[in-house]
Amino acid sequence: MLADPHPARIVRDPPREGEGKTPLLTLSGISKSFPGVRALHDVALSLYPGQVTALIGENGAGKSTLVKILTGIYQPDAGEINVAGAAVNLPTAHAAFERGITAIHQETVLFDELSVAENIFLGHAPKTRFGTIDWGTMRSQAREVLDAMGAAHIDPDTRLKDLGIANKHLVAVGRAMSIDARIVIMDEPTAALSAKEIEELFLLIEFLKGDGKAVLFISHKFDEIYRIADRYTVFRDGEMVGEGLLKDTSQGDIVKLMVGRSVDHIFPQREAHIGAPVLKISGLSHPTEFDDIGFELRKGEILGFYGLVGAGRSEVMQAIAGITRTSRGSITLEGEAIAPRSAADSIEKGIVYVPEERGKQGVVIGMPIFQNVSLPSLKRTSKSGLLRLAEEFALARKYTERLDLRAASLSQDVGTLSGGNQQKVVIAKWLATAPKVIILDEPTKGIDIGSKAAVHGFMAELVAQGLSVIMVSSELPEILGMSDRVVVMREGRIVAVHENKGLDAETLVRTAAGIVAQ
Amino acid sequence: MNALLKNREIWLLAAILLLIGLISTRYGAFASPRNLANVFNDTSILMILALGQMVVILTRSIDLSMASNLAFTGMVVAMINAAYPAVPVPLLMLIAAGVGLALGVFNGALVWKLGIPSIVVTLGTLTIYRGATFVISGGAWVNADKMSPAFIGLQRMQMLGIPLLSWIALAVIASFFVLLTRTPLGRSFYAIGVNPTASVYAGIDVGRTKFVAFCISGLVAGICGYLWVSRYVIASVEIANGYELNIIAACVIGGISIAGGIGSVGGAVLGALFLGIISSALPLINISPFWQMAISGSAIILAVVLNARGERRQGRIILKKAEAI
Repeated sequence: MLADPHPARIVRDPPREGEGKTPLLTLSGISKSFPGVRALHDVALSLYPGQVTALIGENGAGKSTLVKILTGIYQPDAGEINVAGAAVNLPTAHAAFERGITAIHQETVLFDELSVAENIFLGHAPKTRFGTIDWGTMRSQAREVLDAMGAAHIDPDTRLKDLGIANKHLVAVGRAMSIDARIVIMDEPTAALSAKEIEELFLLIEFLKGDGKAVLFISHKFDEIYRIADRYTVFRDGEMVGEGLLKDTSQGDIVKLMVGRSVDHIFPQREAHIGAPVLKISGLSHPTEFDDIGFELRKGEILGFYGLVGAGRSEVMQAIAGITRTSRGSITLEGEAIAPRSAADSIEKGIVYVPEERGKQGVVIGMPIFQNVSLPSLKRTSKSGLLRLAEEFALARKYTERLDLRAASLSQDVGTLSGGNQQKVVIAKWLATAPKVIILDEPTKGIDIGSKAAVHGFMAELVAQGLSVIMVSSELPEILGMSDRVVVMREGRIVAVHENKGLDAETLVRTAAGIVAQ
Repeated sequence: MNALLKNREIWLLAAILLLIGLISTRYGAFASPRNLANVFNDTSILMILALGQMVVILTRSIDLSMASNLAFTGMVVAMINAAYPAVPVPLLMLIAAGVGLALGVFNGALVWKLGIPSIVVTLGTLTIYRGATFVISGGAWVNADKMSPAFIGLQRMQMLGIPLLSWIALAVIASFFVLLTRTPLGRSFYAIGVNPTASVYAGIDVGRTKFVAFCISGLVAGICGYLWVSRYVIASVEIANGYELNIIAACVIGGISIAGGIGSVGGAVLGALFLGIISSALPLINISPFWQMAISGSAIILAVVLNARGERRQGRIILKKAEAI
């Protein structure tokens, strides 16, 4: 390394005493709650220098919340964070950065319009005597950082947007190196990478390990975890349920840790009256998201769709609902081939899609409840082009009452409701279109237990009335508790269809993750 | 939301009344019904334009080309009138509406089909339409002596003691009220402004709805093209130059959120009236045009501040109620 007069630069500490045995970062007793949801409860985590720790857990297990606490975005309600033996507070993202904690996300958070060198040194760029940025030094230091990482192919002057995702990851790591980050968090870094790029990323992780960094690696993919990580920590429902060395632990043991949970509420008992097929999908394909999807949905059935995030479940549903286009395949509704060209098309035909992100895709905050409910049904509530407010109110009242919505008035802004009640408004909105098939994408994500039970009870009531339901869910108890059959998707394809009789959680997780039975 | 909006309008109305009160202490005749009716008549064109602009702003877009559209359309009908005085005025109004609509369709199509931000599209067409006005007229003016008496006189005709121009404004206000509060299309404007993603899922075509909004703003700009030219009895390349800023100012003062999804017909009308009163009253009480501009400018900033605070207050209410439930 060249001698350099500027303080803002790479500092490589000599190997630390007891490397690999004393944790560089420990969390203990960390708890975090959001209104109605307990995200983390009394969790512990240790990261060791020169080792990669895999953080494993289902969706909603609390992994992202933990990352946000580590990077100073959320503040824990209780608990202690120790970095290199000293208790620290991380009140801001900057504080975390200064402590040497850096995160590399699935979608890298860097600046597309700036050069590689600027991205690496943003906020700590070398300065000239006059306090302006010393471009020459910045470039040469960026060059050094990139070379040291084996990323000699990246030119520090390239604009970031001209790089692929894998190279953006390299820049993000370069940034971490330039501040002497000692703790590197990688949140699903491989999600958008090709096989070759993943190999390059693994080389980089090996480099970080060799350099004494503590790496937290979050991934859903078992092969990657076993390939690169040394230790594991499993979270389930916001609690830490196990940790240890991967070489001593089988995949099956980890799956057991992930799913072995107490049932947190009773699912409605119902007797399925399953009739003839209503919706038939065959050969449905999309250029990038899914391929050759085929399944049948029968009258009065709840069909569960299980899979890991990114398996393509929502994308398939959006295609069926006319929101995205497909390249091939056919959709048959009650014996009639349909090709929905827009969401309005599908709604008219009787297929509705209740999207996953309630705030962004579901409710229209700022509009009163009744207008939210009537939004997709305006054709029916209006007469000769004019809206009839009385009809809208009647429609909204009918469906919100069925869902036991608690609101002072239907004219009240939907934004004033709790998450659970907002979800009821969203479901009421779709029911009001009188659908034949209703697709619920993560219907109980992020809502409290009471509202969950109401939504589940209502799903049972819907199928009893002869509606057909597709339920996309990443929550195993919900899948197992509600579905008549379960379709498992992995990497854009359907890999299994199970009758939900004696089906167990482990089988589902194994199929979804592509683990061959031992 | 409605209650809050009503509040805003009431505040604006109070400000207008206060303004009238202040002015009448200096110039007593200002508050007479006769004079207020005149102020309303003088502000009619601005009110109509502000309503057209409001629909566009509701959909998170903006139409900067309305004043140029007005100038072009005004020139077209004035030239037709000068060349063929026999063409009946109602037909000319239809032509104005049609030409304005066509220019709006052009804006809307660029926004919808090419996905270009509306501020860029209409900044371009602002110049194009103004330039086209020069091209068709060769830079020449159409003066009063070339216009037919019917062309000039129609909007001055009185019904029940009120000029036709005011009646037209009232009719437009009523139609916009029905459009925005009583039709599925009106509801869509609000929905896509507040939450475009959720609107897509609800089966609303966001692009097409924006397109329709631009058609509406083009249509009203076209109608105002005739009204303007016949009112000020001149058509030239320069008419209503920079007037798009007054139109947007009226909307902002009227509490229409530039972020989209919030706004009402009453707000747009009152916003326009506020500007109309300032511009008609201040010369009467010997305040220089410079102060007029400064006062309008302050009103805009004050309106934005008050609206922003209003929205924050709403935020607190949400938290309180969420806890209560």
